[in-house]
Amino acid sequence: MNPRSGASQLFLASEGLYRRRRLANRVMTAVMGIAAAIAVIPLFLILFYLLQKGLRGLSLDLLTQDPNRPGRPGGGVRNSIVGSGIMVGLATAIGVPIAIGCGVFLAEFGQNRAGLVIRFLVDVMAGIPSITVGLFIYGLIVLPQKQFTAFAGAVALAIILLPVVARITEEMVLLVPRSVREAAYALGAPRWKTTLRIVLPTALPGIITGVLLAVSRIAGEAAPLLFTALGNQFNSTNVFHAMDALPLRIFVYAVGPYDYWHEQAWAMSLLLVTIILFISLAVRAIFGSRVTVRQ
Amino acid sequence: MAIESVPAPLARRGLRNRLKAGDWIFTTLVSATAALVVLIVLGLFYELISRALPSIRKFGLPFLWETQWNPVRETFGAGTFIVGTLITSVVALVLATVLAVLVALFLVEIAPPWLSRPLSYLVELLAAIPSVVYGLWGVFVMGVFIRDYFGPVVVDTLGWIPFFDGTPLITGIFSACLILTIMILPTIMAVSRDVIAAVPNSQREGIMALGATRWEAIRIAILPYARSGVMGGAILGLARAVGETLAVTLVIGNKVAIPSTIFDPAYTMASVIANQFTEVENDMHRSALIEIALVLLVITFVINVVARLLVWRVTRGQRVLVQE
Repeated sequence: MNPRSGASQLFLASEGLYRRRRLANRVMTAVMGIAAAIAVIPLFLILFYLLQKGLRGLSLDLLTQDPNRPGRPGGGVRNSIVGSGIMVGLATAIGVPIAIGCGVFLAEFGQNRAGLVIRFLVDVMAGIPSITVGLFIYGLIVLPQKQFTAFAGAVALAIILLPVVARITEEMVLLVPRSVREAAYALGAPRWKTTLRIVLPTALPGIITGVLLAVSRIAGEAAPLLFTALGNQFNSTNVFHAMDALPLRIFVYAVGPYDYWHEQAWAMSLLLVTIILFISLAVRAIFGSRVTVRQ
Repeated sequence: MAIESVPAPLARRGLRNRLKAGDWIFTTLVSATAALVVLIVLGLFYELISRALPSIRKFGLPFLWETQWNPVRETFGAGTFIVGTLITSVVALVLATVLAVLVALFLVEIAPPWLSRPLSYLVELLAAIPSVVYGLWGVFVMGVFIRDYFGPVVVDTLGWIPFFDGTPLITGIFSACLILTIMILPTIMAVSRDVIAAVPNSQREGIMALGATRWEAIRIAILPYARSGVMGGAILGLARAVGETLAVTLVIGNKVAIPSTIFDPAYTMASVIANQFTEVENDMHRSALIEIALVLLVITFVINVVARLLVWRVTRGQRVLVQE
């Protein structure tokens, strides 16, 4: 046997194999590309229909009027917009300081077993279904007070906001170079002053990003409000009464029987998604490109 | 011996020689916020357990598989809801994971940066859209499409397969699966993308140097390396699907029955709570609903713990922050 012919046979065989391998490579590359295309289709479909069906219902009345009696077309959702603003604001005021404290704890004192446990619980908390949080607050606040309140709704929202902001704060504080901290210590600053005046301000842009993302998330939450703030078809600014919120009203109108309700639900959705996407885009434009933080 | 005169809590923080009351206050405050997290999680379990107790006492363990749900007769079993949640979230998990991994591979391994950055961002934006908006879209756009176009075609061509007959309506278990797939896609995609990007380049270079094509590199060197991280991402997606409430409530049709075809209306644990809790018929009804919430909490808790452990194992030392 001539070694040359053996080599050429091998060559021919590998030629066929090589073709097959190249084909598999091309096919799979195409499949991955198509998958990526499919993955963005739903977003465009949702945005398209939001614009198509939502723009029609958008009017000044929608923003400035309260709902009419059910079944009487017209009216607006001022109560829901006001309610969303109040509850999201209150939730932010309650949740952000606690979350930042927790994040600072994890970053500065969290390199031990206690830190590990709390970091773990914060992560797990982020995955708790929002409807269970709603039921928790229902049992904790609504039942004892015998009254659905905006305050209870805000607490539920704050619990949803907490883990998101806490983890981002931790990441951002850890990103501050040691040298900055050491420079402050070298000048004789105590730890608390170093953290509050040097480290946190340095980490602030990142923390604000996290807060904004968390706010845009709770602004769209309705499940935790169902059994806490309940909803209210009248305009209310009293945090110790039931209060409306945009996502709650969208839910009510979506399942309701009237066409003008559906139209208003689309308009409200357009409004809500515009605000949320605006925050998301602004965060990205101002604070850089990555939502996922890495070191 | 000057240190003896300092109050005990301060003396214990003896590492720093400048003992300042400010530091003590700061440490206490910050630790208190961290302790609050523990309290909230414990409180959540305590509150739900104590309010579900009447139902737990009356129905016991069979609550988990009994399918009777009769508020008037006060007989309750969560079987149908658990089955509904199981079907919708597992189907969504499988569909979304396959799609998400392919997309993540495309983003990391194939697409150039000018394409992969905006694309990745667009998919992540899906996570920003509120649940209730998904529900609205799912009913008035997707549901109508399924009833008028997709459903009839499926029944005509695949109707001979079990479960694929039935009457396509606007709402039903199929719509719920589809909506959930879209909703958990960004979660799984983001985690997969990060763990695939975290695969060391030496893995890629090693197999490429042996003459592998790109797909072979992915199949042999990258996917096995990233597998447990991708699984972690998938399980995080599963947790989201299990707890998803309003979108599912709007599209699933809300019927207390185990579906027999893919177009039948059904119920999930989260959606039955959302639908019935504000108009409970009696205390036992309320207690039973809270027990469902407790089951939901335990399930998502376990799922999350498993997922975090998996993601941590892969990205340990990398500090990858998973966005919900």
